[in-house]
Amino acid sequence: LTVLPFRVAASADDKIAEFTGGADMKAEGITLTAPEIAENGNTVPITVDAPGAASIMVLATGNPTPGVAQFNFGPLAGSQSATTRIRLAGTQDVVAIAKFEDGSFARAASTVKVTIGGCGG
Amino acid sequence: MASGVRPRVKVPKSASAGETITLKTLISHPMESGQRKDSSGNVIPRSIINRFTCEFNGQMVVDVAMEPAISTNPYFEFEATVPEAGDFKFTWYDDDGDVYEETKPVAIG
Repeated sequence: LTVLPFRVAASADDKIAEFTGGADMKAEGITLTAPEIAENGNTVPITVDAPGAASIMVLATGNPTPGVAQFNFGPLAGSQSATTRIRLAGTQDVVAIAKFEDGSFARAASTVKVTIGGCGG
Repeated sequence: MASGVRPRVKVPKSASAGETITLKTLISHPMESGQRKDSSGNVIPRSIINRFTCEFNGQMVVDVAMEPAISTNPYFEFEATVPEAGDFKFTWYDDDGDVYEETKPVAIG
């Protein structure tokens, strides 16, 4: 559990393909709320909301590793939405993909302008 | 263990049966990304919380897989349905094997 195997950083496209299995993604059914401009890339608030989703994956396409988080909703989730704070290395697109119970997918993206990068480079 | 890890959660003390409530959680943790270098140019090894879960009376509310792009002091806000009185259990899993837990009771009324 504690020893993670070494993994080569997968690209955002690889992560998406792994999550969706290459399925088509709708443009409706998911909302990604992110600021247009983030002064501090170390802590950028984002909210994802996809009513009826089983899980939502969030990617930062311009980070050294694109993965951010994957939310899996259980039977007692009051809504399929969540808010968190993420790091962005620079101006880039943040992508959220929802996976629904019926096996369909939806995608939303938002461009965030970052004034000070958040990966300590 | 990462030092000074302290979980904080905000849960209403009571709810009506079947009500949807908002939960807020914050845990103090450096979330060292593994991308930064120290003053002598050596990479500081990754040390993050890689998973967060919230359950109510043993039933899952949300299970989050976390990566280094989650900010220092990870914050989550989400909603849960409360079918009956019971306990919310929050669990954070650290890269180093540590598990941090917090429990909050909710009454019906």
